[in-house]
This record gives sequence, structure tokens and C-alpha cells, in this order.
Amino acid sequence: MTSTAGVVVVGGGQAAFSVVSTLRASGYDAPVTVFAAEPHLPYQRPPLSKAAHTEPDGLRVELVPESFYRERNIDLRLGDHVVALDTAAATVVSRTGARVPYAHLVLATGARNRPLPVPGAELDGVHALRSVDDALTIGRALTTARDVVVVGGGFIGLELARVALTRGARVTVVELADRLLSRAVSRELELPLRERHEHAGVRVLTGTGVRALEGPGRVERVVTDREVLPADLVVYGIGAIPRDDLAREAGLAVDDGVVVDEQLRSVTDSRISAVGDCARHPHPNVEGLVRLESVQNAIDQGTLVGRRIAGSPASYESLPWFWSDQGDLKLQIAGLRSPSDEVRLVPGDSPERLAGYAFRDGLLVAVETLNWPAEHLAARRLLERRTPILAGDLAGPTLGALARARRAAEVRA
Amino acid sequence: MPTVIFQLPDGTERKVIAASGTVLMQAAVSGGVEGIVAECGGNASCATCHVYVDSAQAELVGPPNDVEDEMLDFTAAERRPTSRLSCQIHLSDALDGLVVHVPEEQV
Ligand SMILES: Cc1cc2nc3c(=O)[nH]c(=O)nc-3n(C[C@H](O)[C@H](O)[C@H](O)COP(=O)(O)OP(=O)(O)OC[C@H]3O[C@@H](n4cnc5c(N)ncnc54)[C@H](O)[C@@H]3O)c2cc1C
Ligand code: FES
Repeated sequence: MTSTAGVVVVGGGQAAFSVVSTLRASGYDAPVTVFAAEPHLPYQRPPLSKAAHTEPDGLRVELVPESFYRERNIDLRLGDHVVALDTAAATVVSRTGARVPYAHLVLATGARNRPLPVPGAELDGVHALRSVDDALTIGRALTTARDVVVVGGGFIGLELARVALTRGARVTVVELADRLLSRAVSRELELPLRERHEHAGVRVLTGTGVRALEGPGRVERVVTDREVLPADLVVYGIGAIPRDDLAREAGLAVDDGVVVDEQLRSVTDSRISAVGDCARHPHPNVEGLVRLESVQNAIDQGTLVGRRIAGSPASYESLPWFWSDQGDLKLQIAGLRSPSDEVRLVPGDSPERLAGYAFRDGLLVAVETLNWPAEHLAARRLLERRTPILAGDLAGPTLGALARARRAAEVRA
Repeated sequence: MPTVIFQLPDGTERKVIAASGTVLMQAAVSGGVEGIVAECGGNASCATCHVYVDSAQAELVGPPNDVEDEMLDFTAAERRPTSRLSCQIHLSDALDGLVVHVPEEQV
């Protein structure tokens, strides 16, 4: 094949979409090819764990329709995955035998679920959730399930627990750590969050390991350190592993994710970038490298790489933010907290609202909110502008009030 | 099925035929309207689906709901009297011909 080499993107998710839509919006006019392993148009994952999907037609999660790619001359190869990178020849090789040369290669392969390492994980009625197809399977299983056991008290587990509850099931969440959301949310905010889940009817067992799943073909019981739980549906969400095997096999630096520089280029080969869940990168808010799993990170990294290839390079420094809808609880996080930060919990202006302000050396670095989107947005505006907020500034007013006051001052100035 | 018109910051215009029962944000995204980012997919979590409703139609569309109203104070582009989050505008035939202006920035 003698076509000119353009951009090849491996992966058909949120980050891949962000790269290719940005490339075309920025005026890039060389060939753009996307290899997407799944047979579906690039889609959003967050809704998959926040509603029970039972009908394929009820699942409209694609980011944009097929015409979007056609109109922009983006060669979208659904259902074909890249099996090897030939970095010497600057070519990718796909399962169906396609060989496509690239001037720039972008890895946007996302992550896969960490498998449940206990006997019985392969029984019928045991599911993990990552794809549209998984969501449909779980949604259908919930039509008949009475006893649902969720293994893992992280975002996806808690979202699913609340979905199962609305479908009339008895729900138990089993978590090995001594609290829920141990990596993502402060202990201060976790307490009220847990109370609210329990109040809604979710049984929460923390500090409890799962030893085995049992049943004749289909799961019937979950054996834990403490007790045996009846179960006709088990859903597990115990973390994700970046899909970095292609990069590793091609000899690129990999360390729980493809290692990239501040412009998101592989530290081994500057013609290759990595974005989204599969990238491990520097960030001004942390020491060392981080790998983030969020929509914001996938979109912003894709945008940065798309613009860079189209001629406007920049460093990645977007403020990380995240949300999770767990039944009637909207949890939002702005900024990156570390375990040693001091968190002050502050009640909102109505009983269901709460904020946790995280301070490092007396400076505000992250904000967690429950059911308080305006406070979350105010936090993002202030943290994005690197406005220094001291603990004393928040002795009375909310961030919302501070942000409004500062905006008014800017307008007057 | 209402037709809605998005006026983009560069002066161009995009006409989109919305599927019935959808929200304005979805119509923009399905129509590939650049400038409606909709990071949270319509969950009133992100404020990246901000639009200005054409003043002639503002009354027809109505005011923002309470949470939306608070969030609009923190959009990336300035808030104006007709600012709305497009994921909170439910489309119906009554809104056929709706014109909205897409702000310069969303994030
Ligand atoms: C159920 C669920 C709920 C979530 N909820 C939230 C939320 O509320 N808020 C939030 O911020 N984030 C949420 N996330 C995380 C968010 O969805 C991810 O961070 C985001 O999708 C990452 O985008 P990505 O493009 O890096 O990866 P993905 O969207 O996972 O896309 C990667 C794609 O690449 C494909 N691929 C992999 N290898 C190859 C190959 N060799 N060749 C071709 N294609 C390949 C995969 O099949 C996959 O489709 C959720 C995730 C899940 C699973
Ligand atoms: S799409 Fe996020 S608030 Fe409207």
C-alpha cells in the first residue's frame, strides 16, 4: 500500500474519539484511521453502571453517530483490533491482516477489569462490567435476580448496588478494605456516604474478603471471611488494569500503563503517544507519574494530543475531576487528594449536601462534594486558576461564595 | 420532531433534526455540533453543555431549574440572562425552530 501515512489510533473509546474529533476540528487533513476492537461506535461508559439496561435499543450511549466519522473522512475500523506494532517500519498490524503505516501513532486502548482471583469466578451469574455488552447482560440478569452480591466497594460497585436495589433485589456489598472507596475518597466523606447507602437499604460488609463462589454451574453462594451469602447474581468491580501489552511487546517503556512525557509522548518513541486509561504521565499536581481513569482525563488528553499533532503543542496540566452517581448520591471530586492531606467536612446549605475540603500545607488542593454540583464547579474554577485558597478563607463562606466574590472583583477591575 | 439551530461562535450555523423525547444537548452531540462538550453525558455534573437561548425564545424555553441555576454561575464562558445547560432543556414540537448560541468556551 502506498497511501500517505497519517494518524493511526488504536482503541475506539472516549480518548480515541477525542483525538480524532480534535484532529479534524484543528484542520488536520492527512489520513486518520481508528482501530476499535469492539463492534460498536465509540461510546460513553459512565451510563453503563448508573442505569439498568435491559433492551439493546434502550442503550444509546454512542458519542456521535456514524455520519460524524464519514463526514470527516475518518476511517473507523470497528471490530478489528491491532495485534502488533512495528515501530521500525512505523506500521500497525491488525487481526484481519491490515497493515497501516503511520506518521503518528496514538495508543488509546483503555483498561480491562482486574479478574476476580477466587474459585468459582467462572460460574454463570458472575459478571464484571466494562462494555455495553456487559451492561446488557447484567441488566437482563437483574430482571430475575433476588440476592445480588457486589464484590468491591468502589465507584462501579456502589453504582451497581444502587441500580440493583431499584430493581427490587437484596444487595450486599463486600469490600476487602476497612472502608468503601478507599483509594478515591477521604475517610471523612466516606462515613456519611456509607451511612446513606445503608440507609437506602444496601448491606455493606467492609474488611471482608471473598474466598469462593459456589454453586452447581450457576452461582448460589458467596463464601466470605465472615459468612456465607446467598447469591443469584454476583457483580464484581475490583479495579482495572491498563491495556499496555502492545506497547510492552513493541519495546516501549511501560509501568502499569504506557509511560509518557508531559506532552503525552512515549518516553521511548516520540512518534507514539498514549492517552486515557492506558497512559501513565507526569502531572503538575503530583510527584512522580500518575495514571487516571476518568472521562475528563480521556477527553483532555485526547484533545491535547490531537492539537499537538495538528501543530499546537502543550503540556498536560488539566485539573483532574470525576463524578459518580450512586442512586440519589452525586459524588464529585475536583483535584487530586493524597492520603496525608487534611480534610475538613463542611455541611452544605441543605441536609443532603456536603463538602470535604482537602488541604496540603494549609492550601486547598482538592474538593469532594455530595449532591452539590455548584460547589464542585466553583472548586474547579478556583483550583484551575491556581487561586491560592487557605484554610482560613473557608472558615465561613463556601467556595461558591468565594468564587462569586472573586468573579465580581475581576469584572470590576 | 423539532428542528433546532445552533449558531456557532465563528458565525456559522448548524441545523439539527432532533429525535423526539431527547434533550437539546443530545441533539447537539448527535448532530456533531462542535462546542457542546457534554463531559458528563447529560447528568447535570459538568456545565460543559452551556448555551445561550435566543432572547426571542427565552420565555418559551423557560428558566433553569434550581441546581442548574446554581451551576450556571460557574460556566467557562460568561453567564447571560438566557444561559441554560442544554442537557436540561427537553425538546418537544413546541420548540421546533429553536435557535441557540454556542459560547466560545466550555472548559
Ligand atoms: C462502568 C463504568 C463506569 C464509569 N463511570 C465513570 C464516571 O462516572 N465518571 C468518569 O469520569 N469515568 C467513569 N468511568 C471511566 C471512564 O469510562 C474511562 O476512564 C474512559 O472511558 C477512558 O477512556 P479510554 O478511551 O482511555 O478507554 P476506553 O473508553 O475503555 O476505550 C478503549 C477502547 O479501546 C479498545 N481497544 C483495546 N485494545 C485495542 C486494540 N489492540 N485494538 C483496537 N482496539 C482496542 C477497547 O475495546 C475499548 O473499546 C467508568 C468506566 C466504566 C467501565
Ligand atoms: S452535559 Fe454535563 S451538565 Fe449538561
